[in-house]
Amino acid sequence: MKKTVLFGALTVAGLAAGMASAATLDDVKARGSLNCGVTTGLVGFASPDANGVWDGFDVGVCRAVAAAIFGDPTAVEFVPTTGKTRFTALASGEIDMLARNTTWTFSRDIDLKFEFTGVNYYDGQGFLVPKDLGVSSAKDLDGATVCIQTGTTTELNLADFFRSNNISYDPVPIETNAEGQQQYLAGACDVYTTDASGLASTRAAFENPGDHVLLPEIISKEPLGPLVRHGDNDWGDVVRWTLNALITAEELGVTSANVADLAAAPTDNPEVNRLLGTEGELGAMLGLEADWAKNAIAAGGNYGELFEKNIGENTPIGLARGLNAQWTEGGLIYSPPFR
Amino acid sequence: MTSITDPPQGSFRLSMLINDTRYRSYTFQFIALVVLIGFMAYLGMNLVSNLAAAGLNISFDFLGDPAGYDINQRPIEYDSQSSHLRASVVGIINTLIIAVLACITATIFGVVAGVLRLSNNWVVSKLMAIYVEIFRNVPVLIWIIIIFSIMTVSMPSPRAFRGDDPSSSMLFDTFAFTNRGVYTPKPIFDSGGWIVVAVFILSIIGIFAYRRYATKKLYATGQLLPTFWPSVAMFFVPAILVYYILGRPITLEYPELSGFNFQGGIQLRGSLIALWFALAIYTGAFIAENVRAGIQAISKGQTEAAASLGLRPGRIMNLVILPQALRVIIPPLISQYLNITKNSSLAIAVGYMDVTATLGGITLNQTGRAIEAVLLLMLFYLTISLLISAVMNVYNNSVKLKER
Repeated sequence: MKKTVLFGALTVAGLAAGMASAATLDDVKARGSLNCGVTTGLVGFASPDANGVWDGFDVGVCRAVAAAIFGDPTAVEFVPTTGKTRFTALASGEIDMLARNTTWTFSRDIDLKFEFTGVNYYDGQGFLVPKDLGVSSAKDLDGATVCIQTGTTTELNLADFFRSNNISYDPVPIETNAEGQQQYLAGACDVYTTDASGLASTRAAFENPGDHVLLPEIISKEPLGPLVRHGDNDWGDVVRWTLNALITAEELGVTSANVADLAAAPTDNPEVNRLLGTEGELGAMLGLEADWAKNAIAAGGNYGELFEKNIGENTPIGLARGLNAQWTEGGLIYSPPFR
Repeated sequence: MTSITDPPQGSFRLSMLINDTRYRSYTFQFIALVVLIGFMAYLGMNLVSNLAAAGLNISFDFLGDPAGYDINQRPIEYDSQSSHLRASVVGIINTLIIAVLACITATIFGVVAGVLRLSNNWVVSKLMAIYVEIFRNVPVLIWIIIIFSIMTVSMPSPRAFRGDDPSSSMLFDTFAFTNRGVYTPKPIFDSGGWIVVAVFILSIIGIFAYRRYATKKLYATGQLLPTFWPSVAMFFVPAILVYYILGRPITLEYPELSGFNFQGGIQLRGSLIALWFALAIYTGAFIAENVRAGIQAISKGQTEAAASLGLRPGRIMNLVILPQALRVIIPPLISQYLNITKNSSLAIAVGYMDVTATLGGITLNQTGRAIEAVLLLMLFYLTISLLISAVMNVYNNSVKLKER
């Protein structure tokens, strides 16, 4: 019976997809809010605070896109999705964009017909173990029981890693991060593995974070970024260039504090002017207002501000910029020019 | 000598499809059928055209690709390079394992609780009433999660067994209860091992044959042969004799702590135990009610008549009441077995890799072939449910009231 309902739901979802694929930007504007898919709760990236307001690094991207379209960062409906439901939600048109620690892979891009609009966090899969286990390398984990979130790329990486190192393990599949945390803390698994950023975020929520260590091995490349449905390039451009605007803003020193001043009148720097709409027609080309980027930056700050505020070294998550520093500072964060 | 002639056959007119009660129901049934087919076709066409618009197609080729993920409970050979099809088969076998285990256990729980609920002992009957009411009125998913959580939190992790002065130790040095599951010894069969097993099975068949012979003799000559002690002897003696004659060909492999986990022996995973126990105890409560209803459906006169013939209470239940009650019990029991099989799809809640978790979970997710995977799942559950129904109906026909 359950299956029949699911099948029916898929059919209805198929109907919805047919309608939604026309012009997402127009649909979003007509609706007056952006439907943004996020995680069910990963502190620092996307989680509701005590008042039920969603906050976090990925949430910041959603809010920036909403601000670019409507000038209002609160015009977002957040749709929590699990690793299993996220793609169906996006493909069916239930959400307009997905900003949910989703790894950009070939098959997701090509076979699942999605379009990744950039990378907002360069991540890799790591291992979290209790300190008293006495393990210093992932290669010592022969025979260990590993908790793993099912339906993610980490599941495949894990199989590949253990296979290529010719060691065995016992996978314990779990649905959500919260469940994984419970199993891990109870000792039902020796190791918890997911993206290193997610592990740092999970560890920050522990009672004694100091009793647990991240192993040095990073066994995969996990470029995480927002994605949209394939086939609506105009909408993809809006999301892509909003993210680029946040990155460029950091590079050019435009912050949420000074963006209003810089956008008030043309400055000496023509790229800042083009970005903030005081020169040129970039906003109109995207189908947005001239001050779209200004609103996006004002919503939560530029890329660096979002990072520091949500997951940076001064937060409980405590992630260093590392690969996610600007290209000018030895990182990989790089935006094409605004011209 | 017929005095009544056939009524005159009027020629058939189209309006009779509506006006004539003989044909009207067919007309409406036909219309309903056409509408239903049309609706299904509309949904199907819609699906196909929308998939085509999105550039997707229905294809089952993905089943041959390497799955790329590992499964923890592998009844058959499987590794991450095996195909998605094989992963699905592993899932199907895991589903069948849990369904069979839970059906047997639920039947035992249900029959015991159902009979005891009718007990004249106030404490026993009330205890059973509490069991039934508590377990059938809380959703089975909650029971699965409760049992799994209790196991995870209350049992020691394998780490607790380590060290010179471990905080936990194995029961009789043979069983280890951990929050990852229960480890039991595993029999290892040497060359002659299977002979011992064959002898054991033969002696069980022999017990049944002997009992049948004893019954026949009782009916034919009135001579009562002893059955209990000969049965016990036949159960143990031949197998044990052969076991020692062949030089103890079956040995036990004990679980041992090595590395991160216990190695060797048989591991009953925590997820399997939680799912099995939850399904059995939940469905057992329903079966208990079926059994109670079946017994109460037999009129009290039957009990009294049997008692007046001098039968003892145990015999009354076994020889008079239960055979008649089975007619009432079996049909709802079939649907309880179907429920167990379908409810086993909740396995993913505790990470048990049944077919919903492999084909409908990881495979679906990694390949994005949602419609194909769900269609296959529907096909599987439909097939297995119809099979269970068919088998149980055969049994039902054999116990139902024979009308002569």
